[in-house]
Amino acid sequence: MSIDTDTARRVAKLARIRVEEEALPALASEFNTILGFIEQLNEVDVDGVEPMTSVTPMHLKRRDDVVTDGSQPEKVLANAPDAREGFFAVPKVVE
Amino acid sequence: MLDLTFEAPAPKVIQGAKEEWELVIGLEVHAQVSTRAKLFSGASTEFGAEPNSNVAFVDAGMPGMLPVINEGCVAQAVRTGLGLKAEINLRSAFDRKNYFYPDLPQGYQISQLYHPIVGEGEVIVEMAPGVARRVRIERIHLEQDAGKSIHDMDPAMSFVDLNRTGVALMEIVSRPDIRGPEEAAAYVGKLRQIMRYLGTCDGNMQNGNLRADVNVSVCRPGDYEKYQETQDFGHLGTRCEIKNMNSMRFIQQAIEFEARRQIAILEDGGSIVQETRLYDPDKGETRSMRSKEEAHDYRYFPDPDLLPLEIEQAWVDDIKAHLPELPDQKKARFMADFGLSDYDAGVLTAELANAIYFEAVVNHVEAKDGKLAANWVINELFGRLKKDDLGIEASPVSPAQLGEVVALISKGDISGKIAKELFEIVYTEGGEPAKIVEERGMKQVTDTGAIEAAVDEIIAANPAQVEKAKQNPKLAGWFVGQVMKATGGKANPAAVNQIVTGKLGL
Repeated sequence: MSIDTDTARRVAKLARIRVEEEALPALASEFNTILGFIEQLNEVDVDGVEPMTSVTPMHLKRRDDVVTDGSQPEKVLANAPDAREGFFAVPKVVE
Repeated sequence: MLDLTFEAPAPKVIQGAKEEWELVIGLEVHAQVSTRAKLFSGASTEFGAEPNSNVAFVDAGMPGMLPVINEGCVAQAVRTGLGLKAEINLRSAFDRKNYFYPDLPQGYQISQLYHPIVGEGEVIVEMAPGVARRVRIERIHLEQDAGKSIHDMDPAMSFVDLNRTGVALMEIVSRPDIRGPEEAAAYVGKLRQIMRYLGTCDGNMQNGNLRADVNVSVCRPGDYEKYQETQDFGHLGTRCEIKNMNSMRFIQQAIEFEARRQIAILEDGGSIVQETRLYDPDKGETRSMRSKEEAHDYRYFPDPDLLPLEIEQAWVDDIKAHLPELPDQKKARFMADFGLSDYDAGVLTAELANAIYFEAVVNHVEAKDGKLAANWVINELFGRLKKDDLGIEASPVSPAQLGEVVALISKGDISGKIAKELFEIVYTEGGEPAKIVEERGMKQVTDTGAIEAAVDEIIAANPAQVEKAKQNPKLAGWFVGQVMKATGGKANPAAVNQIVTGKLGL
């Protein structure tokens, strides 16, 4: 797999990270180095080995269906750049 | 056992400018799970709270916060799966669906793309007595709902409320087995009914607790059968997805419009572009949602914050053992036990609350009077409640009271006409029906001596009518009417009829 500048531009856009046009070739090349390293792992034969999702030997912890949180709108909104009448206020987004 | 013999309905055929076309429809229904708390946080799911007051830091996507799954949501998904006769996957897993939107503070939705909790099931959608569509369910997965954006409070800003963020949704995905707009609406209606019986989703479409994405394509007659044989989608047309509809009427209108739009393009020699569209109810048309297309790369990957969800077969079995009676079974039982018609049984089981009310009424009468009780619930009670815009829960007449009215009719104590008066008294004033009948002298006169006297009197007073009736026996009805009037409607009409015909020598 090889990343070109178009793919690098697309990935940056999807992640909402601004990358200047002249920085894209270098970014693509870094991606390729990383992917090249990961591809080395393909040399390991994992036939019949179940994919591991976690290294912790435990089951998913569950909570009971009870309300234990919330009722703190002022804390939720504390870091909002703009909040009005209890809402987050953001630049207009309309489909 | 449930009688599942039915015929499939004919698919809807649309006549284009040049040829005939059929529709192929599949739905993704998003049903909000009825629980107290959210899927991964302890914040409340209650609708209509002050903005951003039902928000935990997990829901707000604050750094370092970790999701912990709500077992109640898992149980509800399992319950729904069992209600749709579906496989339950004892091991499922959560994935992240990545996209940016102001009402999704995490920057991803936690969903189950690769390993859903519920596998294949089915829903029988009745279109007419004996005619039903079997719709296969592909899967049901659990996922988080997004928040709400309000666009009309400020000209330059959108306002965001995260109360709904993180509330559990079940996405119920059907196979493309639906063949017309009416079937699509009936399918959503059936899912809604089943979930309301199960108590897993309140089905409130107005509040957005039940919404549907509809996939629509068109094909020429015969192509769908080829798809059915091979399960090869190549025989079907390219589909478009109409997003996020929360009304049965809109679902039907949108499908109708979308099918005609596609047919017009195809008959013009064009081709359909697979895309996401929005239905505009004001204009009655669908339009492309191009902005969403651009960001359609969701880069799903297993959520590293969550281990796979493993549930025990014994736990599933326990839920199964406690499932309530479902609509199809209830309807079949009403028909078998009380001799109700398909239609009446359908009306009474449409909403669980109505079925519960009816069963409570029936508890107060003998089984043979079930049909009479059904008539009274459907015609008198529902009609009267509708007039006052009341729900069954607010009925001024209790099942015990209505049962008593029905029993009084059945015993012959009151006539049907008097029963209606009695019902109105119970409805407006309350009280015990039998007592009211006693106190207000509403009891039907079955004493033949009294009826005979009244008949004699009327015959004596109307010799001309008697002559006419002898020529035309149909006029006996006039005498019956006069006797009923003379006895204040309390005479037993059957007895009156018999005596009148006898005395007139008809």
